[in-house]
Parts: sequence; C-alpha cells; structure tokens
Amino acid sequence: MLLRLVPESTKIPFMTARGITFTISAILVVASIVLFFTRGLNLGIDFVGGSTIEIQTSETADIGEIRKLVGGLDLGDVNVQEFGSDTEVLIRFEEQPGGEEGQKAAQIKVENALKQDIEGVSIRSTSFIGPKVSGELARDGMLAVSLAVLAILVYIWFRFEWQFGMGAVVALMHDVILTVGFFAITQLDFNLSIIAAILTIVGYSLNDTVVVYDRIRENMRKFRKMPLAELLDTSINDTLARTIMTSLTTLLALGALFVFGGAVIRGFTAAMIWGVLIGTYSSIFMASPILLLFNLRQTAFSDEDDGPGQNVVMP
Amino acid sequence: MLDFPPWKITFILLICAIGLLAAVPNFLSDEQVESLPGFMPSSKVTLGLDLQGGSHMLLEVDSEAVVQERMANLEGEVRDALRGLRIIANITTSERTVRVRLRDESQMREARKAISDLAAPVGEGSVLGASFSKNIDVNTEGSGTILATLTEGAIKDRITNAVEQSLEIVRRRVDEMGTREPTIQRQGADRILLQVPGLQDSGQLRALLETTAKMTFHMVNESADPSRPPPGYMTLPSIDTGEMLVLERRARLSGESLVDASVGFNDKSQPVVNFRFDTSGGRRFADITRENVNKRFAIVLDDEIISAPNIMSPILGGAGQISGNFTVESANELAILLRAGALPAPLTIMEERTVGPDLGQDSVDAGKIAGIIGLVGIVIFMILVYGWFGLAANIALLVNIFLLMGALSTLGATLTLPGIAGIVLTVGMAVDANVLVFERIKEEVRGARAPLRAVEVGYQQAMSTIVDANITTFIAAFLLFQFGSGPVRGFAVTLGIGIITSVFTAVVVTRLLIVVWMRRYRPQRLII
Repeated sequence: MLLRLVPESTKIPFMTARGITFTISAILVVASIVLFFTRGLNLGIDFVGGSTIEIQTSETADIGEIRKLVGGLDLGDVNVQEFGSDTEVLIRFEEQPGGEEGQKAAQIKVENALKQDIEGVSIRSTSFIGPKVSGELARDGMLAVSLAVLAILVYIWFRFEWQFGMGAVVALMHDVILTVGFFAITQLDFNLSIIAAILTIVGYSLNDTVVVYDRIRENMRKFRKMPLAELLDTSINDTLARTIMTSLTTLLALGALFVFGGAVIRGFTAAMIWGVLIGTYSSIFMASPILLLFNLRQTAFSDEDDGPGQNVVMP
Repeated sequence: MLDFPPWKITFILLICAIGLLAAVPNFLSDEQVESLPGFMPSSKVTLGLDLQGGSHMLLEVDSEAVVQERMANLEGEVRDALRGLRIIANITTSERTVRVRLRDESQMREARKAISDLAAPVGEGSVLGASFSKNIDVNTEGSGTILATLTEGAIKDRITNAVEQSLEIVRRRVDEMGTREPTIQRQGADRILLQVPGLQDSGQLRALLETTAKMTFHMVNESADPSRPPPGYMTLPSIDTGEMLVLERRARLSGESLVDASVGFNDKSQPVVNFRFDTSGGRRFADITRENVNKRFAIVLDDEIISAPNIMSPILGGAGQISGNFTVESANELAILLRAGALPAPLTIMEERTVGPDLGQDSVDAGKIAGIIGLVGIVIFMILVYGWFGLAANIALLVNIFLLMGALSTLGATLTLPGIAGIVLTVGMAVDANVLVFERIKEEVRGARAPLRAVEVGYQQAMSTIVDANITTFIAAFLLFQFGSGPVRGFAVTLGIGIITSVFTAVVVTRLLIVVWMRRYRPQRLII
C-alpha cells in the first residue's frame, strides 16, 4: 500500500478561516515592517561595504582572543563569530575611512596581525567590497526583485484575469516582506545571495499560486453555479495533495543542503526553507481568499454562455 | 498524448544519450578524459572561483586622472604653439578648459588660429557623412581671452583608450606572475574584471596592479628653489637620497620607449635594473645625454624620483641602468612592471574576493554530500507515495541531473556554490511536474476511468499548469541572470537550465517510461 500524506478527498473549509489568516498575515507583515525599520537588517558587506576574513585555526579557536586582537587595531565595529565549526572563524569589519585604499590597508593590517599572533592560522577566504560597488550591488538587487515581481504580474495578467494578477502579487509581497522580517529577527547576514534566495522564493511561491489558480479557473468553467467561496475551497482541496507533496520534496532537498551544505550557504538555505513554508502558506491562505476581495466574478469565463444567474456575486 | 511512434522514441533517447555523454567527463579524472576516444565530449563543468579557489577583482580606471593628464598635455601644446609665434599670454587650466589671456589683444586672431589648429578629429568619423567632431572647442571670452575646452567626445575617446590599454597591461602583468588561465574582461565604461584561479595569496597581485609604473626621464634644474618652482617646472621628492629636486615638467623620454628591463648588479654588487630603449628612444637618449653632459637628469616612477644621476658622458648604445635603494625583490618587481609597460592611469581595486583552495574543495564536498542525501531522500519518498510511477519519476530525475551536468559542461557555464544550491533545488522542484501529473491521474482513476485513458487525461490536464508554473520560475531565473553578479549569476544559470531539463525529463521521459510499461503489462487497475 502506498503512503498517503493527504486523505483521498479533503473538504477543508479554508475560506471560513480567512478572517483569522488575514489577521495573522496582517500582523506578521506589520511586525516585519516595524522590525525592518527599528531593528534593521544585518546587512552584509555586499551592501554596506567592508571586509570579511574567514580563518581556520589548528585548534579550537579562541573567539575572545581574536576579538581582542582585531578590536585593538582601531577599525571601528568588528564582528567575530564562529563559522560552521569551532576551528573556523569569520571576522568582519565595517567600511573604513579613506575609501577603497583605506579599506584595503585595514584588511592587510588584520591579515598580518592574525598571521603573527595566532599559531597555525590559515586564511580561508577574504572579501573586500568598496563603497562604490556596494551601493551598486544594493541598487541592482532591489531592481532585480522589483522587476521580477513586475514581470510576473504582467505574465499572470496575460494568462489569467487581472484579479489573479493582483492576488498573486499581494501574495508575493507578503512572502518577500515576511522573508525580510525573518532576516530582521534572526539577524542573519543579509547579502547578495539572499537576494537570489528571495527571487527564488518569489518563483517558488508563484509556482504554487499558479497551480491553485489554474485549478480555480478550470473549476469555474466546470461548476458555473457554485458560489465563489465554495469553489475556491474545492480548488484548494483538489490541489492540496500536490501542494504538500512538492513542498515536502523541496524541503527535503533544502534540509539536506542546510545541514550538510556548509556554513557559506547556510543563510541562503535558511532563507529558502522559510520561503518555501511561507510560500505554501500564502498560496493557500492569501492568494486564493484575496480573490473574494477583488470581486472576481464568473462572468469572466462565461461570455460564450448566456442567461442570468451565471454571475456569482461576492457573498 | 500517449502516442509514441518509433521516431519519437528514437529522438528522445538520442537527446538523453547526448546529455549523458556530455556529462560523463565530469565523473572521470583528467587522465581518463585524455584517454577517451576523439568523438567523446571532453569538457568538464568549469568550477567558479568559490569552488576551485582564486581571486576575483574588480578594478576601476581612474578616469579623472586620464582627463587631467590630457589637460596638462593640452596646456603644454598651447604653450608651445604660442611660444613659437612669440605670443605672450597668461595660461591657466581649470577642469576641462585651458584659459589663455593674451597680453596684446591685437594678436587675438593669430593666437586663435594657432590654438584651433591644435584640434584634431576624434573617434572614427565617417568619411562620407561629414560628421567629424573635433577634440577641442575653441571660444573667446571678452576681447583678450581664448578658451580651449576638451569636448565630451574627446574625453570619452580618451577614457576608452585608457581602459583598453590598461586591460592589455594588466594582462601582461598577470601573465608575468605565471598564473594559469586568468580571465580579464572589460566591464562597463571604466572597469576591468580580473579572475585568477588558484591564487593562494592575493597580496602580490594587488601590489602589481596598484602600481602605475609610469616611468619618465626629466632634466633637473639645480638652480631653482624647490619651494617655488618656476612655471613649467615641478618639485618631486627623491626616494633615493631624500632631497627635493626641481624638474622640468616636460618628460624628455618615457617608459614607452623601453623594450627590455631586467635585474642586474652594479660594480658594488647592489641590485640594479638594466633597461634598453627602442631605436628612436635610444637615439633621443643619446641626443639628450650628449647635450647635457655634467648635468643631472632624474628617473621618475609614479611621481617619485628613483634616482637622479649626473650625466658623465653621452650614452650612445640605447641602454642604461637604474640604481637606487633596491633589494633583489623590489628590483625584480620594477623590472616586471617596466617590461609590462605603464598603466595610462592608476587602477583602484573596487571589490576583491579571494577564496583559498581548501575552502573551495570543502564546499564542493559539502555540496556533493547534501545533493546525494537530498536525492536519496526524494527517491525513497517518491516510491513510497507513487509506487511504480514514482520509480519512473526517479529515473527521469537521474536523467535530469545528467542532462543538467551535460548542458553546463557543453555551454561552458561556471558552477558556483550557489549554483550547486540551484541544482539541489532543481532536484527538489523537478519532481513537481510529475507530482502534478500523478495527482491528476489519481483523480482520474478515482473517477473510474480506464488506466490508459486516466494517464492520458492526467497529462493533458496538468500540462497548462506545468507550463505556467515553470515559465514564472524561469522569469525569476532570467532576471537573476541579467542583474545578478558573480555567484548569483551561477545560481541563475543552473536554475534556468535546470527548469528546461526538468520539464523535458518530467514530462517527456517519464511519460515515455509509463507508456512503455503500460503497453507491456496492460494493468487493469492503476496503483497510484
């Protein structure tokens, strides 16, 4: 007998819960925005400039000692943390005065101090981002995310009705904002690869949403007299097995990457895991119920049909 | 939908076979790849710097310095032209304009003509269309002032030239270091992207790139006061003796005339740099030394005097020697820099990322382990949930990975760490298309359709969803590729290619497997 994740046919009334889920989402979105402005993101050097140096020590690294050593070099805000294992340390310091030149001089100073004072240290990687480039990277990142959302809106609009396009974009914004909120809470390093993660989350969440929307469209043609709320419930229940199955396989792959993929991409995979959870939630509880608010009527699909009573007005 | 004529089957199998063959070199050692027969593909996936270790640097050419140097030259040309006509004027330069205030206003017409004659066409103006634009605009202000302004076209032209030239010099310097296969590309208007794989210590590379190595030869004016150099003269420090010397601003000779430079030792066994001029440089060097016996001349490198020897006798052979405070290393570095030539303007390192080879290898290993564990998890899961259908999907998934590797190798795409994440993610999402189809088939089976019909309808109904879902993800991948840089781009490449291969394998390959299986066993009831 095969494994059944979801009973053969479910009839979960998702729409009746929309008051609750909308409220929860609204609270989370507002909290994310507030956190973004108060606590802020732990922006990586990709966006604010600065340097990182990743080192490996022969024995368990003494974070305190390294902090004292690098902190004594008069470089302003220095961040020293364990990175992946107890012999690996990531040192990060902020942008130095004197532009690109000053930054590089500071980096060389740190490298030399480490080599001199810590026995058996090896430098695994160094990065240095000047102020000019970091500004451009931040701008390009914002541009990529905005353009992706816009392009997707246009595509959905083209393939479906405008209500679907709006619904998809609201769900996307919801996902993006909550992901940003996730980074504000966890204070994980927000760098260039997180932008990539957000864009992939956008793609994934949309994928989920489109699958549900496709079913809604199909059911609207099939069950012309069904009230919209009931029709949305039916569609979500129809696709529920697939939604859960795909989320699980994707999470399986991401989970393996999170645990075994190494420290360098841990932030990236954490963002993706969160995004898959949020994206799945939003396509069920946000993208579909919101169609009720946008006054989606079934007339849109029945123009070849005639007679009144085909229209389903929002309850 | 379930109709697979033999030609179609052949075609599908052919694509899979080509993909598999293209992926094969990635699983073999270099020696094994060498020994493959000629018809086999031999390219492997190129690993990004984050996986094989190396340095990535983004350099910017100081375009302001390029313009300033051009302005200094223009001022010199104007000065020379007016001197030739015995016109006396007060000449100053600010930003992009040389301002000439004539002492005698009646010489206006003559002076203006002389300055206008300095203008030259800029860029490649077409011969047919008379669209030549000049490199300087000459205007008058009031009755006695002439303004010569560098045009936008001229500035752009200069900067472009400077960047091209810098690119060439950077290439030569990096080659001198003996590194393997560096990538050097122009990026944007005034930037150079440099990637050197396998470099352990970027310090030496930095030092080589940050030296302009502009060498010039100037005559020393020993009678002038260093604190107040006369017009046309400048004061520079000597790193050799520490004294301040007044030099002619105009260089008598420059490093461009050098054909060779090497390390040697002088009679006191100190390291020196020997150099040789080309023919015309050698002739000029002979003239200068002949005319200036018993005077001092200075060898200036990047605005510092390395040495200022006395000319004892004319030097006719076109060869010379620089002695200064050299160690063997610093003499060698200077020789490299002189051989490679001077940068037209200073370079600034805007961004640098260096990854050691150990870390790269660790990342590759971690990615492999994560990929295999994720894959095994999904394979087991699919079989548990969909039975035989799951098995078909799993075979397609493996084919997908081979196709993806094959495509990456053939296209010469670079695999980065986020790229590995992209592959793992593709694996997770690749089963989605199959899940969509299988869930549809389940519904149809529940609706009591005959097995073959259920499969057919399942595929038909799922198709538009699959297309929509994948196109949207593809849009995201495309935008990432357009606006991303470095590792993010690598992620976009694997995600984008992964979408294409996974739709092909999930829709076409799985369907073929299922159809072949059903034709053979003709199941009365589908277990799914």
